[in-house]
Amino acid sequence: MKQKSIAIVGAAETTELGKIPDMSQIALHADAALNAMADAGLKPSDIDGVATAGESPTETAHYLGITPKWVDGTSVGGCSFMLHVRHAAAAINEGLCSTVLITHAESGRSRVGARRFARSPQSLQGQFELPYGVTNPPTMFTIPVLRYMKEQGVTEEQLANVAVVQREWAAMNPRASFRDPITVDDVLNSRMIAYPFRLLMCCLVTDGGGALILTNADRAKDMPQKPVYILGTGESVETPMISQMEDFTSSKAFRVSGTQAFTEAGITHNDVDHLMIYDAFAHLPFYGLEDLGFCKPGEAADFIWERNTAPGGKLPLNTNGGGLSYMHSGMYGMYALQESVRQLRGSAPAQVDGAKISVSHGVGGMFGASGTIIFSNEAP
Amino acid sequence: MAEFKRPLPEPTPETEHFWEGCRSGELRLQSCDECSKSYFPPRPFCPACGSRNVTVKTASGKATLYSYVINHRPRPDFGDEPHSIAVVELAEGPRMMTNIVDCPQTPEALVLDMPLEVTFEKASDTVSLPKFKPAGA
Repeated sequence: MKQKSIAIVGAAETTELGKIPDMSQIALHADAALNAMADAGLKPSDIDGVATAGESPTETAHYLGITPKWVDGTSVGGCSFMLHVRHAAAAINEGLCSTVLITHAESGRSRVGARRFARSPQSLQGQFELPYGVTNPPTMFTIPVLRYMKEQGVTEEQLANVAVVQREWAAMNPRASFRDPITVDDVLNSRMIAYPFRLLMCCLVTDGGGALILTNADRAKDMPQKPVYILGTGESVETPMISQMEDFTSSKAFRVSGTQAFTEAGITHNDVDHLMIYDAFAHLPFYGLEDLGFCKPGEAADFIWERNTAPGGKLPLNTNGGGLSYMHSGMYGMYALQESVRQLRGSAPAQVDGAKISVSHGVGGMFGASGTIIFSNEAP
Repeated sequence: MAEFKRPLPEPTPETEHFWEGCRSGELRLQSCDECSKSYFPPRPFCPACGSRNVTVKTASGKATLYSYVINHRPRPDFGDEPHSIAVVELAEGPRMMTNIVDCPQTPEALVLDMPLEVTFEKASDTVSLPKFKPAGA
């Protein structure tokens, strides 16, 4: 993709985050979309491309009164929105459409108008994983971690520390669900969910959503918000079955997606001012830091322990508090993208001074898929 | 409250040989006639090289403990006691999801790389699930 040819010109989350029992899932999509349109100074009639996951793009477009000439319903889990950004950028560059709306919303906690998620007992997962109790994220996403900890010499304290550091970022964010400081002992003494994972190592379950609007960079200059340009993108998938992940200490999808994005962006890791790594559970930042190349294999736990990713550190990570403390409605990738955009607009609650390049890395379907977007706020 | 239905596998034409093997106390894998790799889960071609020339064979049933969690959340089908959900590495190479049985469900008893052997648990008239227990237990 041509660097900086496309920009984010609208970005917003739902008006409320957390517990929103008086709104259905599709209404949350619309709330986020209308907020993003207001942010960009656009109306539904200005949108000619729609991408969404969780709901179908048909449903979202109809509900909002949009007649798109380009749609993308890629739904590979919580990183789907990174893939939408990548696909939308290509579509705009190809002239298939000019202004794309990407929405996410989920009534993850209140379950109002939420879609039911069911796997067929005839699917490979249904036959070869589900019968053993691999039925939800805490018993699936967590499976590789003991192998990772043994191979890399990582301790439970280091795993717990990921949640502690992210709570420090959340403390600076008035919209974060949890803001009170916690210690490693607090995490290790919280309720056991699926050994070695305690409650505070697992993401929140909340309601909410977010939306992005993309258009070409030339047009973006005349729009109300400071444009955030797309510098590089990547995507991949590996397997729907966690047991069939090739390497339990590293995600192949992360490596493929991250390498593509960095190559396309033409930057080195030292150029990155701000990083988001989708943290559904406390081990995800280890895999992300290593598979994206910020740390060598086995060094991420020490890197976080030494406060490199904490407030004041050299690589601010998950500065909204992350899925562990900010919010997690089910498909968190959208909120990682939102925080990258806020940081590069200079409007984040825990603003990284002078941030120019931000990397937003998502996971989907429990190490099944991945998407990476690298943003820049410097004009082409 | 709706009755909880235990999630049991429903075989497809491509996996029937595996579940038939389990019913008769046999763990079956497939291997490629071209590149000789063993693979799992079942499919009618080799995922390494794409060849359709594959053979069903009986596995040794020996494995080692590769990774696991111990679920502490109550599950209507598994009861309220903590239970392991594990990935084992078969002697033939492929890995598979299972539960470790005939063993305390504790980190002290479940040691990574410990030797295991297959055992079959009858879950219904038509389904037996391959599970693993400490070797020699």
